Formats: sequence, structure tokens, C-alpha cells
Amino acid sequence: MSVSAPDIPAKPKRGFRLDLKTVGPLLALALLVLLGISLNENFLSYNNLTNVLARSSFIGIIAIGATFVITAGGLDLSVGSMAAVIAGVMIMVMNWLIPTMGIGWGVVIAGMATGILLGGVAGVFNGTMITRGRIEAFIVTLGTMGIFRSLVTFLADGGTLSLNFQVADVYRPVYYAGLLGVPWPIIVFALVAIGGEVVMRYTAFGRYCAAIGSNEQVARYSSINVDNVRLLTYILQGVLVGVAVLLYVPRLGSASSTTGVLWELEAIAGVIIGGTTLKGGYGRIWGTVVGVVILGLIGNILNLQSLISPYLNGAFQGVIIILAVLLQRGRKNA
Amino acid sequence: MKLAKTLLASAVVAGGLMGSVFAQDKVTIGVSVPAADHGWTGGVNYFAQQAIDRLSTTYPDVEFVFASAPDAPKQIADIEDMVSTRGIDALVILPGDPDAMTSAIKQVKDAGKFVTVVDRQLSINGVEDLYVAGDNPGLGANAAAYIKEQLPDGGNIVILRGLPIPIDQQRFDGFMSGIEGSNIKVLDDEFANWNRDDGFKVMQDFLTRFPDIKAVWTQDDDISLGAMEAIKQAGREKEMFIVGGAGMQQILNAVANGDALTPVDVSYSPAMIATAIELTTSHLVGGVHVNGRFILESTLITKDNAAEFLDPNSPF
Repeated sequence: MSVSAPDIPAKPKRGFRLDLKTVGPLLALALLVLLGISLNENFLSYNNLTNVLARSSFIGIIAIGATFVITAGGLDLSVGSMAAVIAGVMIMVMNWLIPTMGIGWGVVIAGMATGILLGGVAGVFNGTMITRGRIEAFIVTLGTMGIFRSLVTFLADGGTLSLNFQVADVYRPVYYAGLLGVPWPIIVFALVAIGGEVVMRYTAFGRYCAAIGSNEQVARYSSINVDNVRLLTYILQGVLVGVAVLLYVPRLGSASSTTGVLWELEAIAGVIIGGTTLKGGYGRIWGTVVGVVILGLIGNILNLQSLISPYLNGAFQGVIIILAVLLQRGRKNA
Repeated sequence: MKLAKTLLASAVVAGGLMGSVFAQDKVTIGVSVPAADHGWTGGVNYFAQQAIDRLSTTYPDVEFVFASAPDAPKQIADIEDMVSTRGIDALVILPGDPDAMTSAIKQVKDAGKFVTVVDRQLSINGVEDLYVAGDNPGLGANAAAYIKEQLPDGGNIVILRGLPIPIDQQRFDGFMSGIEGSNIKVLDDEFANWNRDDGFKVMQDFLTRFPDIKAVWTQDDDISLGAMEAIKQAGREKEMFIVGGAGMQQILNAVANGDALTPVDVSYSPAMIATAIELTTSHLVGGVHVNGRFILESTLITKDNAAEFLDPNSPF
């Protein structure tokens, strides 16, 4: 698990008291892993672990962007729909370029560039509406959530957009292959996580995010350009959605109106389980990584057992999410 | 399907003959379907619009009001608007959530409109004048019969289900009674929500969990496509085969080409909405008697008959 969770030491603790706020998510993760081992001997197999981590990487990369947005006191509900529309347009662009560029990496790279660019543009739009248009982030991104979702349904004519079969074959290794046996999605997820942790902890931008989220007025008086920092968090979020889609498209080579449904909630849940506060002011990237992996493992464990009726999957998920947050908040007032 | 075609042909002829008698009256038909939230409903929207375009040209005196709704409250609002502001004479509806919509549809019926319900059964009987649907228990039974035939000595299989709604239960029950008494063992069943991504995830985990799987019943082609990728990733495509359902073009092409991983499919065509619209129109325009239940067979599609089901224009 530590493959994707950058190993940055927690703040020095007062004495040797267990700081639940820090170890809470890790404790929940450890308990889930134990549960998984007890349910199925294949749980810790290399294949299962890479499967789960690769599957979680899309939500993970998006959730890292969401950590910045939420830390700065914002919210982005549009990420799931944004992912779907980016995937759809990427597929259309690649199919359209085949006659001129032929089958090969050229088309794929052009598609990837389109994906990142679109993510950035969508982020600029969300961010501009929120910071310059002075509309609540909830409303703006609720609006774009609907817009993006309808756009992909429209582009796909209500059906599914499929990538040309031969290009899909060229692109496929981006999800299924990897370096030294570690699939690319996991590598990219780890790199984004490490980068995010560095930016959050060691750069002015990271500290500005926390300052704005904790008190916008004070941040303004401290001559932080609040609007620009906020705008940047949404652009970063958009670009990271683009990165996630680059890894998603080669998996099934298709996009439809069901692509990315509820990803926004999974990403936000991952962020909060990881210890970032929903109202902003405090963000923790490595916590988000742990949170997303917890969510991925819940789904995996549910499929590896037959004790819980599939009708109760949602309930099991809910209980684990609440428990994971309870573990880190429970002692706060004690 | 054959029966449908014969009935349609006679309906169209009758409509043509009698059209002149009724021609002076303008007729409005409301068509309400769920939004295209997965491949199959995408097909429903496509075939509904196609039928409307075709019939509008054939019968210039018939006006169609088409609406597609993402959820039950919106769909109820749609049909209320159709009755109150558009003055429809008949309603063709594929209810997204039949239980939630039964009373709203009953109100349309009580207002004296002709009601055609498609695909999903309402929670009380006798509301609709005409019921057009695919054969859900048959879809399960046909898949079961094929798997039983392919695995005469039995074997382990897994099931990827749709969403927890009555259609899924009917298919599942049809399948389970189909394999009863054989040595086929269902290792587990999980919901994959008629979705490719979920089909991929659930199948990956089933492959991790069970070293020996002989067949996979997904009862839906979107799920099949996800499951297929997971099986290929694990390199186990030689060990098992998939039986889906619905008749998606991509799968039908594979079936027609003799793909070993998807040797067959079971039809459950979204074109049933077109059948329903045509029947309703011929009733209103031509006075053709169409009341009753109209069940389209869920046929087993094999390499031999796949060509009959291929339609290059269909988005599904």
C-alpha cells in the first residue's frame, strides 16, 4: 500500500500519545486489509493489489486536485461529468485524426494533449465563474456538472463513443502495462501524489490554499491574491481530471453517459476520510491517497466475499466511511 | 419478432386503407422514455425518435410529443404536461421506475387516454390498454439453456447482475430455474449496474477469487464488454465464455465472427419502443385492435442468425 502513499513523517507528536487525527485513516486502512486477508487468501496477491490500486488511480488523481480545492474553501462537483466529456471528446478527436495522422502514437499523444487542455479550460471556466463571477462554488459546479453530463450524452447520441479498434490497441498498454511490473496508472497516481504533497507542504501556493480556506478575510489582508489562488486550484483540478482520463480511456476504449457517474462524491469522500476538513483550511494529500485506497478496497472486499448480500453493499460502504472518519475525530473532544 | 412484423404489416395496411376515414381528426401521441443513461436506454431513445420520424411522414395528421426524463419525478411532470398542455390522445411510456409512476400513469388512463406501457410492468394490473415488452424470464432461461448445453457435465459459473429492480430479478429467477437440476454451480452473483466500468471491476475481483470459472452470465452487453477486458487482462479468455443479453452491435459483430469468448447473445431489443409506437399509432389512426399484452421473444443469437439482428445505424 505504501507504494502510493508517500512516506512523509507526521508532525512530531507530543510525547508518545497516539495522535488519532494522524493515524486514524491508516488505522482504518490496516483494519480493512486485515478484513480482506481473513476473507480471501488471494487478497494480498500481487494481481489483486495492482488491480485495486490501478482502478483507484482515476479517483485518486482527481481527489488530489479536490484536496487543493477543498483546502482553499471551495468545492468542485463537476469532476465526474467533466471526466466523461473529456473522455468523449478525446475519443472523437483521436478517431477524427486517424485519416490524417494514421494509426500510431501520434494520434494517441494528440488525444492526450486534447484531454489535458480540455481539463484546463473547464477548470478556467469553473474558477472564473466562482472568483470573477462571484457565484458560490456549489452552484457553479452543480451547473457545469449538468452541462458536461448532457454534452457527453449529446456527443454520444445517447449511446457510447468507442475508440477506433486499432488505435485502442496502441493506447491499451497505458492502462494495462507498466514499469517493472507496476502498472502505469499506479505510477502516475504515485507521482501526482508526491508532487501534490510537496506543493501542499513546501510551497507558498499550498500555504495560501490553507490560509484562504481557514479565513478568507485574513488571507486577503495578508496580501494574498485570493482570487488568483482560488482560480489556480480549479485549473489544477481540471488538469488532474484530464490526467485521470488519459489513464481511463485506454482501459475500455469507450465513453458514454455513465462514465464517471458519482466520481465527484467518491473523490470528496476520499478527501474527507483522509483528514482534510470539508470547510477548508487544512489539507493532507497523503491522507487523501489513503482515503481513496480505502474506498477502492471496500468495493474489492465486497466482491471477494459472499457473506454480505449484494443488496447491502451500499450500507457496508456507508458504515466503513463513517467509521473511518469517526476513528480520527472520536478523540478530538476527549 | 416475426409475429411483430406480421402484425405491423397488417396494421400499416389497415391504417393505409382506413386512414382516409379518420384523416380529418388530428391526433396527438405522447412518447415518454427514460434518459439515455446507459447503452440500452440510448437505443430506446434512438429507436423512439426514428419511429416518430418515420410515422410523422407516413401520417401527417399525427403529431408526436417526445420527452426523455432522467428520473421518475421529471417523467411524471412530463406526462402531466402532455395531458394538460399538449392535449395528447394516447401515451406511449417506458417508465424508468414503474412502481413510482403507476398512479401517475393511472391518472392519464382515467382521463380517457389510450395508454401503452413498454418494457416495465406497473405495480397494479389493468392500467394500460397495451403492454409491449421483451421476455425477461425468457432471457434468463435461454441463457441458462445455452450454458447447460455447453457444459453438459456441469461446472463453475459466475453471474454479473444489473440493478436491483424487478426486471433483473425476473431474469435471474428465469436463469436459476433454467439451470436447476444440472451440475452447474453458481459461485457468486454481484450487481454490476448494467455498466461497463462496474462489469470490469466485478469481473476482475471474481477472477481473483475463483481459480476455476467455466462461464459468465452477464445478462447485458455493456457488462459483457467490461467483463471481457478483465478476462483478457488476466489472460484467461481460453478458460471461459460469456453470455450477455440485449443485442448490442459490437457484441453481435463478435458473435457473427465466431468469437470464442462471446459465442452467443440473447436478444432484448430497445426497438420494442418502436413496435409500441407503431401499434399505438395504427390503433389511433386506423382503429386497429391492439389491446392486450405483446411480448417480444428473447431469442438466442448465434453465429448463424446474428446477421438478422445487425443494424449498422443503431447507436446501441
